[in-house]
Amino acid sequence: MTKVASIWSRLGEVASLVATPLLPAHYVELLAPLASSRKARVEEVRDEAPGVKTIVLRPGRGWRGHRAGQHVRVSVAIDGRLVARTYSISSAPERRGGCIDITVKAQGRVSNALHAIEVGAFVTLGAANGEFVLPGGQRILFVTGGSGITPIAAMLRSLAARKAMADVVHVHYARTANDVIFGEELRSLAVDHPGYRLVEIYTASDRRRFDARRLGALVPDWQTREAWACGPQSLLDAVGGVYTSPPHVGHDPRSTNGESHVGQLPRLHVERFRAALAVLPANASGGRVRFATSAPQQSIEADAATPLLLVAERAGLTPKSGCRMGICHTCDCTLVAGCVRDLRTGAAIDEPGVRVQICVCAAAGDVELAL
Amino acid sequence: MMNIDIENFGRELDELQVATKASLGAADRRYIQRVIRTQRAMALGGRALIFTSLPLMPLPPLFFGVIGAGAVSLGLSKILENMEIGHNVIHGQWDWMNDPDIHSSTWEWDNVCPADQWKHSHNVVHHTWTNVMGRDRDVGYEILRVSEKQPWKPIYLAQPVYNTLLAFLFQWGVAMHDIDLGALRRGELKLADVRRQLAGIGKKAGKQVVKDYVLWPLLAGPWFLPVLLANLVANGMRNLWSYAIIFCGHFPDGVQTFSEADVEGETRGGWYLRQVLGSCNITGGRLFHLMSGNLSHQIEHHLFPDLPSNRYPEVAPKVEAICAKYGVPYNKGSFARQLGTTLRTIFRLALPARRRALAA
Repeated sequence: MTKVASIWSRLGEVASLVATPLLPAHYVELLAPLASSRKARVEEVRDEAPGVKTIVLRPGRGWRGHRAGQHVRVSVAIDGRLVARTYSISSAPERRGGCIDITVKAQGRVSNALHAIEVGAFVTLGAANGEFVLPGGQRILFVTGGSGITPIAAMLRSLAARKAMADVVHVHYARTANDVIFGEELRSLAVDHPGYRLVEIYTASDRRRFDARRLGALVPDWQTREAWACGPQSLLDAVGGVYTSPPHVGHDPRSTNGESHVGQLPRLHVERFRAALAVLPANASGGRVRFATSAPQQSIEADAATPLLLVAERAGLTPKSGCRMGICHTCDCTLVAGCVRDLRTGAAIDEPGVRVQICVCAAAGDVELAL
Repeated sequence: MMNIDIENFGRELDELQVATKASLGAADRRYIQRVIRTQRAMALGGRALIFTSLPLMPLPPLFFGVIGAGAVSLGLSKILENMEIGHNVIHGQWDWMNDPDIHSSTWEWDNVCPADQWKHSHNVVHHTWTNVMGRDRDVGYEILRVSEKQPWKPIYLAQPVYNTLLAFLFQWGVAMHDIDLGALRRGELKLADVRRQLAGIGKKAGKQVVKDYVLWPLLAGPWFLPVLLANLVANGMRNLWSYAIIFCGHFPDGVQTFSEADVEGETRGGWYLRQVLGSCNITGGRLFHLMSGNLSHQIEHHLFPDLPSNRYPEVAPKVEAICAKYGVPYNKGSFARQLGTTLRTIFRLALPARRRALAA
């Protein structure tokens, strides 16, 4: 076994040397695009619920699999530009056939592009990631809202496939019954598995807010269950509120003498939708700049006309630079968060992960750069 | 330099640049992906043809036909890779796609020159200081006398000879180009810096040499030599072609050079003007432009170095019209004219200036 493996790795080394400066995969993928580790082919696009589609992806050879509940970074080309977003994988790791599903609500550029994507097209995938996963074998409460169902769907499907649906209660919020993503599948799971109880709440007719009393009425034994929550921010805030300050506990947060009831509460795991993109203030005139690599603790005031390269240099940093006029790309650095403005065109740049020419870009609101 | 309405000249060129960059989109991405796929297929196909020819050796006409086709295909793929793909990707022309696979920060080209050193010698020094004597190290590449402003030295008598050598070994000249011996003498560069540069070149060049002159020939076993020679032909083709195209960029008749005093307090418009006056275009068809990496549109490339090269043909007539409007000479000519006058200059300036020229 090891002998064969070492012969293969030797062959791989030789192949790399004869392909330099490229990799052998660059040639192999001319004929077999999925030989590349980071590509995935769109196998199917199907309607899931109003405004929601499931994209079935076949990852390339380098795909290492996922755990139920994890998410993955997906990049698609929009007007020639690759833009990435993170989506929960909604299929179970146990599913055969080597494909994964992402279930996408049409909201925003990338999701809209994924809705319009054609079967046979390619997207770029990161590795599956995230700690929002099931350790397995305990009493479980899921609280989900809208498309927050997607990582939980992977968990439910995984539990069902492993015949491990011991004791799961699932409270799901949707606008109407028709809007429940995977509605039919969830309902038939509940019929087939006595260990799975599904509680659907339709916000179009039921406007009662989520709090400890409501949860107590829906799931009387909730305090004995480990909980996973995923959904819109308002729902997560409400769930978080219940789990940090239960109304029946007279707990003084200032007391330090072990009266903490918080410690007695079951664990809550939360999966947030991605943070909202920076919104460029209408009258943006500079902002605070943070250099995430060199000086992550401090931020520097910058005006709307001073190139970020100068801001960095005045802060005592020595970033690489060349022409200082926007032609050589020596000073390019990655935008972590926030928004900058290209001083040549006035265009705002706010896509996290893009590289910006800091000699010709100034702060437009608060900015964080990987510098 | 010239007395023209430099502010509006610059403004019109700025507007052209902004409008063209704003129109970049999916078709441009398809273009570069197609060129890259074509180039890789030609490289693979060329190597396959070279190996296919080997058992045909008993039939010389067939053997030479097939191995020749393989070497040419490999050579053309190297030309495409270095010029339309490598040079332009390393300039950051495709960075707007935000694609880590086609990006100036990650691209390494099929050439003995390491991309990071090229970015400094070419993108920073040459493109910022275009044709400024004493600043732009591309004026004669520090070894040739291509402008009468360069004082004559006896070594230039030999320049017709070493110019020919440079043409055949062009990638090695490119690799050594960022090593600034002048700066070392002046003490602006430390010996340790030069050593580090040489180590980088050695590492990159080593891989390239082992690939083309050791490993691929070894894979052919007893036919080591024909494979080595075919690879030598392919690299040689690329050297000669890139030499010819690149020498047409700034050395033909009519091109202007500048002094450091000329560029003091230079405005954006002044910088644009210097790029036009210091660069030359070559006329030709679509295939010619593609194989020259669109450096046949040297003027447009110097005005907008990070504009994707597939857009140079469409902006060229607009740039020419703007130049005509402001009375700025726009140097374009056939490949024969541009290369011919360049070579004539190299021969002429091997000799010291005649007294008459000095008096004038």
